[in-house]
Amino acid sequence: MDAFRALVVDDEEDFLETLVKRLHKRNIDTTGAPSGEEALEIMKKKLFDVVILDVKMPGGMDGIETLREIKKIQPLAEVILLTGHASVETSIEGMKLGAFDYLLKPIKLEELLTKLAQAFEKKDAHDQKIRSARIKELIRFPGRVLEQVKEEK
Amino acid sequence: MKTSLYKKLQRRIIFITLLVSLAPLIVLGATIYYQFARMYGEKIEEQIIYRATAQAAAVELFLKERIAILCAMADTHTFSDMADEKNLARIFEVMNARAGAFVDLGVISNSGQHLAYVGPYNLKGLNYYQHPWFDDVMSKGVYVSNVYMGYRKSPHFIIAVRRQEGLNIWILRATIDPDIFEDIVRSAQVGKTGDAYILDRKGVYQTRPRFNGEILTRSHLNPRVFGTRTTVIEEKNAEGEKTLYAGSRLKDGKWLLVISQDVAEEMTGLFATRIAEIIIIVCGFLAIIFTTVFTTRMIIKRLREADSRMNELNAQLIQSDKLAALGKMAAGVAHEINNPLAVILQKTGWMEDLLVEEEFRESENYREYKESLNKIEHHVERARKVVHNMLGYARKMEPRLEDVDVNDTLKQTIDLLKNHADTNNIGITTELSDNLPIIAGDQSRLQQVFLNLMTNAIDVIGSEGLIEVTSRKVDSFINVDITDNGPGISEEVQKKVFDPFFTTKETGQGTGLGLWVSYDIITKMGGNISIKSEVGKGTTFTISLPAVAPEKK
Repeated sequence: MDAFRALVVDDEEDFLETLVKRLHKRNIDTTGAPSGEEALEIMKKKLFDVVILDVKMPGGMDGIETLREIKKIQPLAEVILLTGHASVETSIEGMKLGAFDYLLKPIKLEELLTKLAQAFEKKDAHDQKIRSARIKELIRFPGRVLEQVKEEK
Repeated sequence: MKTSLYKKLQRRIIFITLLVSLAPLIVLGATIYYQFARMYGEKIEEQIIYRATAQAAAVELFLKERIAILCAMADTHTFSDMADEKNLARIFEVMNARAGAFVDLGVISNSGQHLAYVGPYNLKGLNYYQHPWFDDVMSKGVYVSNVYMGYRKSPHFIIAVRRQEGLNIWILRATIDPDIFEDIVRSAQVGKTGDAYILDRKGVYQTRPRFNGEILTRSHLNPRVFGTRTTVIEEKNAEGEKTLYAGSRLKDGKWLLVISQDVAEEMTGLFATRIAEIIIIVCGFLAIIFTTVFTTRMIIKRLREADSRMNELNAQLIQSDKLAALGKMAAGVAHEINNPLAVILQKTGWMEDLLVEEEFRESENYREYKESLNKIEHHVERARKVVHNMLGYARKMEPRLEDVDVNDTLKQTIDLLKNHADTNNIGITTELSDNLPIIAGDQSRLQQVFLNLMTNAIDVIGSEGLIEVTSRKVDSFINVDITDNGPGISEEVQKKVFDPFFTTKETGQGTGLGLWVSYDIITKMGGNISIKSEVGKGTTFTISLPAVAPEKK
């Protein structure tokens, strides 16, 4: 597994800090964001493979709203929702909006790692497809692709 | 207290109904009776007046006839004819043949000398000059005496008429047969108590009354109380029996014809009517009372049943309200606890991560740390389970509907517990009905319920025991019995087993949520779960599930 970039969004500072540290220790490039707003700010500057998003964040943007925005900024980033039991419906709604999966709090790190790996795999497969599509396109119409790359920059 | 309320209501309804229905009946009955009694009384009075008047007229007529015959005889014969006793006897014979009732006949001179006499007594030669009636007849011309004993010592009365023959004045005098006269009067005696007699001005009997008296004795009646026309008076004797007296005057008011009648006898018709009326009213009373009491009781019974149904419903509502409120609270509490738990778990995780590093490994207390962390994690896990169960109850997710084979679910559950049961020497026997329908439900939740109940059964038995699992179809329900032969549950405790956080297990062993959640799951499926237990014998939980067929796909 390549080192991948993860963003953890949770309003519980202690939780956030510790989780970030633990993921770091497992060689995952992890960034923490204490609110939805901050997470979006960060995502505008940096690409992420997986976002771990707490659904229930009182005060400020809630999880679902943040999810919508994330999908606008980085449609390819996979999102894993963290939820209390009572907000399973919210999680289901989140899944409909394109979240990868949800986990029940309190989570065990092993579970989270497994989910992260799955999410990354999916993202990776997805990226691969895009890449190969681009390669094909590059082979066929090199000019158009170059233009696109330019535009993106 | 509740019972007395119903009793009070029942009494009130009965009282009001009876009052409203019986009062008019009583008033109507009384009114009719008194009107009828009044009319009846008037009729009786009228009748007795009529009889008195008619009888008086008859007596008067009788007297007038006698007087007329006597006058005619006196007017058509000369004194010399009459004074001859042979002639007088012939005339007497003619008079008796034509009219009758004459006992004797005599001719009296103007000096009061009885000159000629025909009759059974020897009255000839007597002088009446001194007698008061002699003056009367001389001055008035006609005289009818009261009844008196006279020379012959038997009650009688006489009629005397005066004849003026030129200068010679003489008197023709006759005695009336008292028996014939009495017969006429007595013909008005009717019924068993009716009497008829004649009184003079002083109230002396002129004819023999039927009861209470003899001729020529004084009657208790005072003739002066009777008016000149026929009058009715009423008298009450010592025993309260009423007697009606009708008095009609005759012979220029000198005599009073009295007809008496016991009111009671006359009133027998009225009494019969009264008895009939009373019987009808009493029957009506009984019918009304019976119907009122009966219907009221029925109404109260219905009311009671409705009330108790309502109470049951209310209790159920309260129970479900209570549970819903508890659910909400549980959800809130669970969520609040979940977050700290998550942090704790992360922190311990982080510490474990760090412990792996070399420097810590060499620390003396490495093992102690490691163990403590494990313990913390273990207890967080416990707390997590409690919260999980609470949330499990609280979550509003619609149960999934899938095809559920109840027997299969039971078998799976038993397989899960087989090992656990075997190690405790607990046998599990099954008696599963073959003809259970497949129902629509949430298999995992149903399994959770079975698991809860069977784990409980194993826990209460401890070791060495038997659990019996049976399933059968009862009407439109599938009933599952899970019976253990454990120590049983007292009635007190039975009431609480489905309450949340109620547990009989040692602290830390049970959350007290298992049966609560089970109850919730089953009731949400439209079923019911009940407990039957006897201390010392064991406990049976019965789950009753509606056999709802899955939709055809």
